[in-house]
Amino acid sequence: MNKILEKEHFSEKVVKLIVEAPAIAMSRKPGHFVIVRACEHGERIPLTIADADPDRGTIMLVVQDVGVSSHKICALEPGEYLTDVVGPLGQATHIENVGTVVCCGGGVGVAPMLPIIKAMKQAGNRVITVLAARTKDLIILEDQVAPWSDEVIIMTDDGSYGNKGLVTAGLEEVIKREKVDQVVTIGPAIMMKFVARLTQEYGIPTMCSLNTIMVDGTGMCGACRITVDGKTRFVCIDGPEFDAHKVDFDEMLTRLRTYN
Amino acid sequence: MSATNISTSAPRDAQWREELRKATPVKERTAIPRVKMPELDPGYRVTCNEEVNQGLSEEDAVLEAKRCMDCPDPQCMTGCPVSINIPGFIKNIERKEFSKAASVLKETSALPAVCGRVCPQEKQCESKCIYHKMKKEPVAIGYLERFAADYSRISGGTDGDTPSAAPKNGVKIAVVGSGPAGLSFAGDMAKRGYEVTVFEALHEIGGVLKYGIPEFRLPNEVVDVEIEALARMGVRFVKDCIIGKTFSYDDLHEMGFKGIFVASGAGLPRFMGIPGENFNGVMSSNEYLTRINLMGAGREGYDTPVLKGSRVAVIGGGNTAMDSVRTARRMGAEKAMIVYRRSEAEMPARVEEVKHAKEEGVEFMTLHNPIEYLADDKGRVCAMRLQRMELGEPDASGRRSPVEIEGAIEEIPVDLVIVSVGVSPNPLIPNAIKELEVTKRGTIVVDETTLRSTVDDIYAGGDIVRGGATVILAMGDGRHAAAAMHESLSSKS
Repeated sequence: MNKILEKEHFSEKVVKLIVEAPAIAMSRKPGHFVIVRACEHGERIPLTIADADPDRGTIMLVVQDVGVSSHKICALEPGEYLTDVVGPLGQATHIENVGTVVCCGGGVGVAPMLPIIKAMKQAGNRVITVLAARTKDLIILEDQVAPWSDEVIIMTDDGSYGNKGLVTAGLEEVIKREKVDQVVTIGPAIMMKFVARLTQEYGIPTMCSLNTIMVDGTGMCGACRITVDGKTRFVCIDGPEFDAHKVDFDEMLTRLRTYN
Repeated sequence: MSATNISTSAPRDAQWREELRKATPVKERTAIPRVKMPELDPGYRVTCNEEVNQGLSEEDAVLEAKRCMDCPDPQCMTGCPVSINIPGFIKNIERKEFSKAASVLKETSALPAVCGRVCPQEKQCESKCIYHKMKKEPVAIGYLERFAADYSRISGGTDGDTPSAAPKNGVKIAVVGSGPAGLSFAGDMAKRGYEVTVFEALHEIGGVLKYGIPEFRLPNEVVDVEIEALARMGVRFVKDCIIGKTFSYDDLHEMGFKGIFVASGAGLPRFMGIPGENFNGVMSSNEYLTRINLMGAGREGYDTPVLKGSRVAVIGGGNTAMDSVRTARRMGAEKAMIVYRRSEAEMPARVEEVKHAKEEGVEFMTLHNPIEYLADDKGRVCAMRLQRMELGEPDASGRRSPVEIEGAIEEIPVDLVIVSVGVSPNPLIPNAIKELEVTKRGTIVVDETTLRSTVDDIYAGGDIVRGGATVILAMGDGRHAAAAMHESLSSKS
C-alpha cells in the first residue's frame, strides 16, 4: 500500500505520482481528496485525487513543490512509499447536465479539476476548459483534459503559450461569445476570488474547490474552516466545493498565511 | 451492573483474603492517612512534557491498599462503569502480589493504566467508598489501579495483562474507531473468541488518548503498551481507514463482518460563532492538541507547525480546556488564562487538573465570556472583548446559569485563543449509513441496555452516543455493547 509506481515531472516543481491505493481507487469520486503523510514525523497535507484506476488499484496525485511536506513528497521515487494515505475525503462533486460548463484551472489546480472535467463531459455537458499559468512550463495536463473538453483555451501571464493574460480574460471571452450555464474554478485562492467576482457580474452559477490548511481532514479540528454565506464551514467535511459567490475569499487568503 | 458479578480470580472467600482481613484490625486500617501522590515540581514540569504524577512507591501502595477494608458488599464497584473487582485487585496489592492485581484489573478493563490516570475517581468509584461514612478520605483506588497496571508494564510481565481468551470462533467483528470505547469493546470481544478488526481514520491508534490528552497527564507509551496487549490477544488494527469513506457499510458485509461497533467519538469541535473567531491565532482545542500531541508540533524534527503565543486565552472550563492551557504554558506562554463564563465551583474539569493548572501559573478568569476577538492588520488575533457575568438561578441541569452584567465589558490583549467549549458527534458515520437513526444533536440512537442502533447489526457507544463524555463511560459502553452483541450472535447460531 501507498507504494509509488510511477513518477513524471510536469515541470521542475510539479510532479505526477501514480500511487498504489486499491481501496481508495475503488471508492473515490470526482472532487474527493486524500490526506498524505510523506514520512514518520511528517505533516498531514491534503491532495486532490486527480485520477484513479480501480482495476490497477492506483490513484494519481499531482504535487507542486512549495514547502517542507510537498518537497518531501516530490523527492520520492518509484518503489518508495508514502507513510500514510487516507481517503477518499470530502464531498464528491455534484455532477449533472446543465448545458455549457466552463472549467477554469490555474497552475496545479488543473489536477483536481481533471476528474470534474471528465465527469462533466460524461454527463453530457458542453465543456470548455481554460488552463492558466504564469508561463508555458507551468501549463499541465493539457493532453489529459483535451479528450474531455469541446474546447481548450490556454492563458499565460507572459504570453509564452496560448493567449496572453489571466484566466479571467479567457473566461470572459467565452461568456461574451456564448451562453455559459456553469463555471467551475480551481486554483490559487486569489484566482478563484477574481473568477467568482467576474461570474457574479454575469450571474453565472460558479463552483470552486478550496485548498485550505488542514490537519486531520475528517472534521475534528476546524483548521480548514472558512466563512460561506456568513456561516463557518469546515472545508474537509462540508467541502471542498462551495458556491464561489458565497465564499469569503479575503478571510481565506488571510488564513492561508497563518504559518507563513 | 451489580457488585455480585465478582470474578473467580480473586474471590472474597478465598483463604488468603480471609487471613488478610484478620491480620490487621479495622481500627488500625482506618487510622492510616490517605497516601499523597508524588508530583514533579511545578517550576520544573512546565519546562517539559514529563508526566506530572509520579506514581506510588511499592511501600506507599501496600500501605494504601491496607486501608481498604474489603467490604462484604463493596459499593466502590457500583461507582465503576466497567465494574472492576476493586477489593479483589487492592487486596492483591496488600499481599504484594502485584502481577495478580494487574490480572484482576485486566479481566474487566482493557486500559487500566489509562483509567488509573484519567478517570474522575472522585465522581465514580472513590465517591462510593465506605470511608466517606466515617468522614475520612476514600481509599485512593485510582492511584492503586495505576500502580498495579504500571507494575505489570514496567516489570515487562505479559502474563499479567493477557487474559485467557475463549477459543477462536471464526466470527468477524468490525470496530469503527480506536478510542477508549472501541478498544474496550475490542478487548472484550477478543476474550470471547471473536476475530476483531479495529478501523482507525488517523495514523495512530488510541483516539483521544493520543491526539487529545497530553503526555504530561497520559504518556503515549502507556497507551501503546495497552494497545500491544490487545494485539497479542489477536485484535487487528487497520490505520488510515475511514468507514463510510474508504469502506462502506456494504463493503464490511462483503468482507464477512457479522457485527459492527461504531465508536467514532465526538470529534467535531464547537465554536461560539462570535465576531473574529476565524482570525489567525484562534483555534479549537482539538486542533491545538492534535498538532502538539499527535503531530509533535514544537518538537525537534517534526514537520507540523503550531502557532505560539505569549498571552494565551483558553475558553472553557472542562478537562480539555485544562489540558490546552497547561500545554500553552509548556509551549512557552508567559501568560496563560482560563476564560470561563461560570464560577470555579461549576467547572466540569477535575479538581486535580484545576489544582495542577493553578500551581503551574495559569490564571483563572471566571465569570467572563468572550463576545468578540480583534486582530492586527495582518489578521492575527491581538485582543479579546470579554463580557463579565454573574450567577443567576440554577438551570435544568442544576448548575447556576451565568447572566451578563450589563455594560461590564473588558478588553484584554491576547495573541493566541484556544476555543474549548465542547464537541459535537462526528457526522461521518451517520452521513454514510442513512438507515441509522440519529438525534437532533447528531448522536446515534441506541437501545439503553444493549446499545444496539436502529440497524440490526450495528451497535454504538462512547461519545458518538453520549456527546462529549468521559473515557471511562466510553469504556463502559464498549463492555456493555460487547456483552449484548455476543448474546445476540450466540442466540442466532
